[in-house]
Amino acid sequence: MKDFLLVYRTDENTMNAMPKRSPEEMQESMKRWMDWIGGIAAQNKLTDRGNRLTPSGKVVKAGNVVADGPYTEIKEFIVGYSIVKATSIEDAIELAKGCPVLTIGGNVEVREISVM
Amino acid sequence: MKQSVIIPHLFRTEYRKMVSVLSKLFGIEHIEIAEDIVSDSFLLASELWGLKGLPENPTAWLYTVAKNKTKDYLKRNLIFAQRISKEIKYNVPISEEIEIDLSVKNINDSQLAMIFVVCHPCNTPEAQISLALNLLCGFGVDEIANAFLTNKEVVYKRLQRAKANLRHEKIKIEQPAPADINDRLPAVLMTLYLLFNEGYYSSNQDVTLRKDLCFEAIRLTNLLIENGQTNQPSASALLSLMYFHSSRFDARLDQNGEIILYQDQDTELWDQGLITKGEYFFNQAWQGDMISKYHLEAAIAYWHTIQPDSKEKWDNILQLYNHLLVIEYSPIAALNRTYALAKANGKMEAIAAAEKIKLEGNYLYHSLLGELYTNIDHAKAISNLQHALALAKSAADKNFISSKISEYMQKSQHS
Repeated sequence: MKDFLLVYRTDENTMNAMPKRSPEEMQESMKRWMDWIGGIAAQNKLTDRGNRLTPSGKVVKAGNVVADGPYTEIKEFIVGYSIVKATSIEDAIELAKGCPVLTIGGNVEVREISVM
Repeated sequence: MKQSVIIPHLFRTEYRKMVSVLSKLFGIEHIEIAEDIVSDSFLLASELWGLKGLPENPTAWLYTVAKNKTKDYLKRNLIFAQRISKEIKYNVPISEEIEIDLSVKNINDSQLAMIFVVCHPCNTPEAQISLALNLLCGFGVDEIANAFLTNKEVVYKRLQRAKANLRHEKIKIEQPAPADINDRLPAVLMTLYLLFNEGYYSSNQDVTLRKDLCFEAIRLTNLLIENGQTNQPSASALLSLMYFHSSRFDARLDQNGEIILYQDQDTELWDQGLITKGEYFFNQAWQGDMISKYHLEAAIAYWHTIQPDSKEKWDNILQLYNHLLVIEYSPIAALNRTYALAKANGKMEAIAAAEKIKLEGNYLYHSLLGELYTNIDHAKAISNLQHALALAKSAADKNFISSKISEYMQKSQHS
């Protein structure tokens, strides 16, 4: 088994276009995430559930120039990450397929972690 | 009580207390001497009480005999200890006046110290449970062998090896320092949890024995709760989990020790007194900010005490299993989660998840698949149940699955 990083991204425009969600909708969204991650954990393929990231941040560039982040150049930004165990990249992709971020116009980047 | 009844009773309640106090006095190197002295005291009791009748206070009588035997032993060994072998040192200064403290406080302190010794991770979990039954619960080799469905020689060797490991590691019989409690407590909780499970999920059909194991685990966990330093939220969570589960003991097994599924249980048989105790310690468990796996399991067990079934109940159980699995994977949690998924989100979603968890070789997995495919895919339901039957080991499990298969066959003939 190898570790793979799943990076969840959404599109800034989709996020902005979404109406403000009610507490029930928030809870429903949380449930979908937990059902999905719980399903991976039930296969004993979850290494680290990871974290969500807040939407805003800063980018430090050469010469200690600090810019507003995440990235002003692209519309997509990272909303969270997890680490899963899989035998191959195909296997890891199968795990990523059920991710709830896909239902709100987002995507999942799957990257094998290279152990140093 | 008659003598034939009182000696086994006292053995069960007093043996462990006396062994703990004397072991603490002698140190881990001489734990067997402590056991011998206490056993000899009981032997003397059974000989004398038969001839002369019961003493006024049998417990005090036993304590006095054990104290005297200990003093004799220490005196006899005084010369040896001082002149011949200086390496053998007891935890007491060897003088003419030896105080052997069998007060309630010292008994409790000694038992608590022994819990930490017995649950030391230098032994395998299985050996720790055997040691706990032997030294903390007063179970003999026969009884332990019966509980584990194995033979006496295996248990005897396992206990000898476990005691040798403790000696080798030079484990001190003392309550850990307050700073070490957080490091040492998880191993203790784990052993008590396994001891409880041994009784609750055992394939042994002796219902009385199984209850005994569960209530011994509860008693030992209560010892942790009664002490200020070990009274941690995770211990309360474990205790509430044990009470919640125990509340269904009479409802989940029939007279033959065969399993009655949760959905088929007579809820009138659920013990409300135990549920109330569970609720009390469940509330205690949430005093800190740490959430252990016992908190999640206790919360799952709490929802199981709630009637009638509702969507909300199974949604909550599913979410708790999700969190539990994220903290720590176990096959049984993965199976139970899949069952909760069927209840909360429907069978089709549960079947898709079940096919992914891949626990072939586990009869519970095939039994669950059989249940999920019922009324959905006849051939798969039957083949999974038959697979489960072939894998099941105990007679109770086999009977249970066979009856499910024939029930299902009948149903499908009628439709």
